[in-house]
Amino acid sequence: MANKFELSDSSVVVVIGSGAGGGTLANELAQKGVNVVVLEAGGRHEIEDFVNDEWGSFSQISWLDKRTTSGSWRVAKDFAGLPAWIVKAVGGSTVHWAGASLRFQEHEFKTRTTYGELAGANLLDWPITLAEMEPYYDRAEDKMGVTGTHGIPRLPGNNNYKVLAAGAKKLGYTDFHTGNMAINSQPRDNRGSCQQIGFCFQGCKSGAKWSTLYTEIPKGEETGRLEVRSNAQVLQVQHDDKGLVNGVLYADKDGNQHVQKARVVCVAGNSIESPRLLLNSASSMFPDGLANSSGQVGKNYMRHMTGSVYAIFDKPVHMYRGTTMAGIVRDESKLDTKRGFVGGYEMETLSLGIPFMAAFLDPGGWGKSFASAMEGYDHMAGMWLVGEDMPQETNRITLHASEKDAYGLPVPNVHFDDHANDVAMREHAFGRGSALYDAIGAKRTIHTPPYPSTHNLGTNRMSAEARDGVVNKHGQTHDIKNLFVSDGSQFTTGGAENPTLTIVALAIRQAEFIADQMQKKEI
Amino acid sequence: MRPATSKRNFNRRRFLAGTSAIVAGSAMFATAGGILIGPNAAWAIAPQAITTAEAATLVEMTRALYPHEKLDDAIYAKVVASLDEKAVKDPALKALLQTGAADLKAGKWDDLDADAREAALKAIDTTPFFQTVRGECVTGIYNNPDVWKIYGYEGASAELGGYLHRGFDEITWPDQA
Repeated sequence: MANKFELSDSSVVVVIGSGAGGGTLANELAQKGVNVVVLEAGGRHEIEDFVNDEWGSFSQISWLDKRTTSGSWRVAKDFAGLPAWIVKAVGGSTVHWAGASLRFQEHEFKTRTTYGELAGANLLDWPITLAEMEPYYDRAEDKMGVTGTHGIPRLPGNNNYKVLAAGAKKLGYTDFHTGNMAINSQPRDNRGSCQQIGFCFQGCKSGAKWSTLYTEIPKGEETGRLEVRSNAQVLQVQHDDKGLVNGVLYADKDGNQHVQKARVVCVAGNSIESPRLLLNSASSMFPDGLANSSGQVGKNYMRHMTGSVYAIFDKPVHMYRGTTMAGIVRDESKLDTKRGFVGGYEMETLSLGIPFMAAFLDPGGWGKSFASAMEGYDHMAGMWLVGEDMPQETNRITLHASEKDAYGLPVPNVHFDDHANDVAMREHAFGRGSALYDAIGAKRTIHTPPYPSTHNLGTNRMSAEARDGVVNKHGQTHDIKNLFVSDGSQFTTGGAENPTLTIVALAIRQAEFIADQMQKKEI
Repeated sequence: MRPATSKRNFNRRRFLAGTSAIVAGSAMFATAGGILIGPNAAWAIAPQAITTAEAATLVEMTRALYPHEKLDDAIYAKVVASLDEKAVKDPALKALLQTGAADLKAGKWDDLDADAREAALKAIDTTPFFQTVRGECVTGIYNNPDVWKIYGYEGASAELGGYLHRGFDEITWPDQA
């Protein structure tokens, strides 16, 4: 198919990636009259292509290109070649995300001020406040149809939620419900309501869950101003002799390389690929990679403190039936340093099918004890623990010294060590998770270590001062005014909340800024 | 590897002429024709890379790794069949499986009870042989819809309208807990 926009068309905005950040930004710009080319490394799998099959879907949509790991985090031992569990497809990780859409709390935008100096933590306040973000959170929630906001009813609680809620009540928690979910509880925005299919992570077969794949992207395409090129792996962002970016080198599905000229480039390839691309774009003018005068590109990699608790009961649960993550206890998300750590965590329902449970319940586990836990599968309830982890300079994405990808470019290495605060928080969360299930008679609880990272954040962080980070409060790189970062790698710190809503809100805000700056001929 | 009912590479006359032998310590039969047959001929596999005796040991090993009383040997035999199929094209894997099975035998595997077998496997749990067989089990056993049925996982639901009208919120006991 011929391209809609010419490769030589230097008036377009090129967006790299089509997930929560890139897909939203691209549509918002197109709606404002801007011509946009989205380059997406993955293929285009529509709703009818999705499969209710954990391993089948995993090989269909996951980002499985070679990556290496290092550091003392358990993922490096359990899943050495799979540091992150994210999507390579049009729609990015909004294809497999669970739908949890939570706003940051006020103090989570100013952690350096609130938490103070914490040894080993590279804490920094965001250059934006909750008050500045609120109008954009509003628009993001409305766009995504988030339950419990804008008069949208919450989802009904499934079996797994009933167990969580009963335990929470028994334990004295007060702030629990079926969540703020970007999943239709009633028909909205030409999409139907949730059918309780239970395969949220495998791509929503009913389209009730918001994904850029079938919301933002087709809406943008309808304007005639947005072109999505799938199977287009970006290799390099190029610049002119004035130090402004002017094009993007990419390989198409047949491996043929092209340069798409650009007026503005927005990088939204998730927190591993985005810094990798900036580093791989090093030139004689920018020997340490693009936008890296601070040396912060790739650093401060965050992946949220995570863990899961699964509990086996006398009576059946069938937790896999219904919306995977429509259930939350928020009491522990508040800041309360008496618990022995800064930050907070959420407790959210989670379920895996038997195939994934075997791989993730106790990675590497076997023997009588493991087998008996699996035999309790239909009597099992589960929760995911997700909380704020500390940014550390040494947790970072680097270019591998010798391993190369199919195009001869260095693959990314993901290095991570838990901060003492992360460890203390996980211990507390495991304890409270077990206590919740024990309160209603669990026969056995199992503490499951982190899965490969689904929340990858912070590797091109926002900062007020150019020396402290990579981008300013608009996601514009400090060094190159027509180069932007539009994904979760902008996050200065991670908050306790699932990040997608904040990524979408930032993308809406960034689109306003870019369109304004283009109109004023600033970029 | 293939089910014994497949006629490919299956020499029935040789099978009939061969002398069958009970595999020590189990109810499996290994025939001189290269077929491993389960009790009451409920299942059979015909390994191509490894011997039937080696396959029988590996079937027992997979059960010791993931001991489920409700699961028939046929489930475990499928895992071994899959390993054998890969070993046909992978001489290193074939050697790994054969040496591993021989080492188990040398450790008086046949005479060990379930607890002693778990202990014997614990002693080798960092070896490539152990990790290869265990890794195959994770998908080989638990990605098998026959196993899902036994342990109460209903799997794909979209084509049935999801669980909206099929019990997504049916349990009532937590309200009384």
